[in-house]
Amino acid sequence: MTPVLELRGIDKSFGPVQVLHDVAFTAYAGEVTALVGDNGAGKSTLVKCVGGIYPIDSGDYLFEGKPVHVNSPRDAAELGIEIVYQDLALCDNLDIVQNMFLGRERRNGLVLDEDSMEELAQKTLASLSVKTVKSIRQLVSSLSGGQRQTVAIAKAVLWNSKVVILDEPTAALGVAQTAQVLELVRRLADNGLAVVLISHNMNDVFAVADRIAALYLGRMAAQVKAADVTHSQVVELITSGRSGELGLKNGSGVTQ
Amino acid sequence: MTDLASRPAQAPEAGARRRRAIGAQRLSDATILLLLIGMIAAFSVLTPAGTFLSLSNFESVLLTASQLLILSCGTTFLLIAGGLDLSIGAVTVFSAVVVAKVMGALAGTAAQAADFQYPNLAVAVAAAVGGGLAVGLGWGVLNGVLAVRTRIPPFIATLATGGIVLGLASVWTDGQNVQNVPLPFQTGFGLGKLFGVVPWPIVIAAVVTAVSWVLLAKTRFGLHTYAMGANLEAARRAGIDVGRHMVLLYAGMGALCGLVAIIDVGRFGTASITSHSGDGLAAIAAVVIGGTSLFGGRGRISGTIVGALIPAVLQSGFVIMDVQPFWQNVAVGVVLLVAVYVDQVKIRAQTRA
Ligand SMILES: Nc1ncnc2c1ncn2[C@@H]1O[C@H](COP(=O)(O)OP(=O)(O)OP(=O)(O)O)[C@@H](O)[C@H]1O
Ligand SMILES: [Mg+2]
Repeated sequence: MTPVLELRGIDKSFGPVQVLHDVAFTAYAGEVTALVGDNGAGKSTLVKCVGGIYPIDSGDYLFEGKPVHVNSPRDAAELGIEIVYQDLALCDNLDIVQNMFLGRERRNGLVLDEDSMEELAQKTLASLSVKTVKSIRQLVSSLSGGQRQTVAIAKAVLWNSKVVILDEPTAALGVAQTAQVLELVRRLADNGLAVVLISHNMNDVFAVADRIAALYLGRMAAQVKAADVTHSQVVELITSGRSGELGLKNGSGVTQ
Repeated sequence: MTDLASRPAQAPEAGARRRRAIGAQRLSDATILLLLIGMIAAFSVLTPAGTFLSLSNFESVLLTASQLLILSCGTTFLLIAGGLDLSIGAVTVFSAVVVAKVMGALAGTAAQAADFQYPNLAVAVAAAVGGGLAVGLGWGVLNGVLAVRTRIPPFIATLATGGIVLGLASVWTDGQNVQNVPLPFQTGFGLGKLFGVVPWPIVIAAVVTAVSWVLLAKTRFGLHTYAMGANLEAARRAGIDVGRHMVLLYAGMGALCGLVAIIDVGRFGTASITSHSGDGLAAIAAVVIGGTSLFGGRGRISGTIVGALIPAVLQSGFVIMDVQPFWQNVAVGVVLLVAVYVDQVKIRAQTRA
């Protein structure tokens, strides 16, 4: 099976600091791939490279098996890649509908087609069984953390995307809201999307992930099937970059 | 809490919900409108019948407000997007110099002008109007590129370009007002009326205001302006070309300065070097009084209209009451302080919620 998204040999530096070293990463349709790693391992940076926010220094970026160049968020969106960023990036002064359509508004002649956007947003939230927002004309500033996360995810789903990447979607959420978001994540994959989930919580990871990719100090330590590894092996990969046969060989940067 | 998902989407209901949400926001803007109405009522009572409250005074108030209103429309967009332009007075002066010089030079020879003969009037007016708009636009683009590329805060960048532009205008004219504006331009346009009823400057201000209103409230361009002011990074990630949008906003502001320059030359028959130094701050004051946030993300043209009318109403009222019109500045300053204070209280209430 061809992965929807495949990265090979990605390098990325900020000035003199190299944050990603020769990173390989794949994501398959219908699967949840967990991307794990310690604070500062480079997870968010990798995601921003995928999303066209940061240009990559070198390496191959393949989408559905074909090499592509993603130089802006628009390029990524056109391919069908949607990202829910760690810092969410919603506009507090706009309502839910406006946020969901931002950058891709529907128009009726020269003016915005508010009613059709509202209807579609409504349908999308309904299809995700979202029941917690009072009105989709509510300003985003009035939403709770979980509701904001839901809006961001719904925004990503609205566009018939093929890949949805979520950067720590449950980090700030309580138990009930976390369960809801994870359920949403699983449902996206079951609908045939390739889902990438970044999380520090091993319970969350094992609850929904089919594959696990572990970054260690900007290097991909291992990408394995979730069923083939244990909690403690993944924790070892995160903290030391290796676990028995798995992982990096003594800092050489070569992946098993 | 209603269960949103289980309720079928209905278009009419959708519209009603949106209107309700917008209505709630408008309510807070009503305060400043009440203030304006209060001022008008007070002056109407305090002045002799048929002076303040008369059609001719109404017209003269609008005429006074027209130029400030045009500049304030551009400033509303800029402030909402998180920009700021302090150079607009200077750009207006520079554009006015271009308008007056081009028109005077092309309309006819000095001897002909002395006899009020302008053989090339049409060409001269067309060139001057085009030149004034183009020069304003050009300075606006420069401001925009500076703000976007250099990341010098716009407060400093436009303070500096304002100084440069006004300096260049003064050097060019030796600090003297530019005369020789063809008389028919003044009588036909600056003092002229559409259908003999509505003065041209008021017509132009009304058109600019209407276009700004629709652009800001109803179009993608307006929505992106709001988005940028609230969260620039979110706007960028949504695929909005925020740099281009910002340059467009500054460019539009510059073009509006050019437009105001054309009106100014038409009304007063001269390009004045000194009389617009306060325009930038006056426009910002009007816009902020009208409820636009200095911190970006919030504001409306309806508020800006009210904010731009207040100084003109005060001035007219004070003149008719024989009070020193300088009190207008004092009053506007007080209103500005109150408006900003109320704005900050609103923001604090919001972040607490
Ligand atoms: N714009 C930037 N400029 C310079 N350095 C950066 C930039 N963005 C990230 N870094 C650095 O790159 C490294 C990886 O950061 P990144 O945010 O990708 O980590 P992360 O794995 O997402 O961590 P966390 O789990 O804390 O979110 C960090 O050392 C960080 O300081
Ligand atoms: Mg991160």
